[in-house]
Amino acid sequence: MPTETTKSIFLQGARDAAPFVLVVGPFALLFGVVAAEAGLNVVEALTFSVAVIAGAAQFTALQLMVDDVPTVVVLVSALAVNLRMAMYSASLTPYLGEASLRQRALAAYFIVDQSYGCSVLKYEQNPHWTIGQKLAYFWGTVAPVCPFWYVFTVVGAMLGNSIPEGLALDFALPITFLAIIMPMLRTPAHVAAALVSVIAALVFAFLPYNLGLLVAGILGMVTGAEVERRSAARAGDA
Amino acid sequence: MIEDRVELWLVIVGLGLGSFLLRFAFIGLVGSRPLPAWVMRHLRYTAVAVLPGLVAPLVMWPAATQGTLDPARLTAAVVTIVVGAWTRNVLLSIGLGAGTLYAALYLLG
Repeated sequence: MPTETTKSIFLQGARDAAPFVLVVGPFALLFGVVAAEAGLNVVEALTFSVAVIAGAAQFTALQLMVDDVPTVVVLVSALAVNLRMAMYSASLTPYLGEASLRQRALAAYFIVDQSYGCSVLKYEQNPHWTIGQKLAYFWGTVAPVCPFWYVFTVVGAMLGNSIPEGLALDFALPITFLAIIMPMLRTPAHVAAALVSVIAALVFAFLPYNLGLLVAGILGMVTGAEVERRSAARAGDA
Repeated sequence: MIEDRVELWLVIVGLGLGSFLLRFAFIGLVGSRPLPAWVMRHLRYTAVAVLPGLVAPLVMWPAATQGTLDPARLTAAVVTIVVGAWTRNVLLSIGLGAGTLYAALYLLG
């Protein structure tokens, strides 16, 4: 398409990512509410969202801190949830590797599920894009998503302080996590990883410092990778 | 409730820095050398390996009921899972799961 300007590509990215606002907004709102329930003030909740911009890891850290788990285990568990960001980073590198260090550092901060998912798909479809066009698309996907993450965290934290007791908000987090997990189970390997994780977490719950979660995570990860390897090998034989 | 401010800020700063390093690791430092296939294969399953393990004990032994299995919360969890598996719609699953929880708490409580 000869009419592709940097601006039109930016807008295309923003359009592609816009529907995610419907997920990110309520999710950030919920984080704000749960953070307020856990005793964080608005500034603390917002700083949390600005520093980390990763919902699942933020919820994980919050839950473990409420459970009084040692700080090291809180950090390791929440970072484990975020390990997928390293995978996103690796898979964006062939496309954005030639950008300046400053641009790469800035883009790295904004690698989230939505900006990654949209961008990789478009980069594969448009191998002719220049580095400037690729970055324009990436920033387009970031524009509607990340500001909502910050703003709705604040709204949620303000709401959370005024929500009465007895609303069973203790269960908002498990329900949210279950709802996020289910669409992730795209292949038998994902299902196997999740099942092993559940069983291991329950079996190893007796371990101190919530280490059972780390055992479950490692076993689940190895299971997923092994199931994938075996089904790929079978597909190769056929 | 989180009482310890020092711990809270340690976690916020540590998790912020750590998450940035994970995001920056390859795009910033490694350059365009591809990762070994087995590393990518494991990274693909991290979220799906950690999150279910985090939720399972919360569903089976909720703190709100002093760690005993709670029919209302269990029902809500099952509804969330079924709706999620069926529709893959996150917001709908949360909505119906929460609705089930309140209905069950009202009926059973």
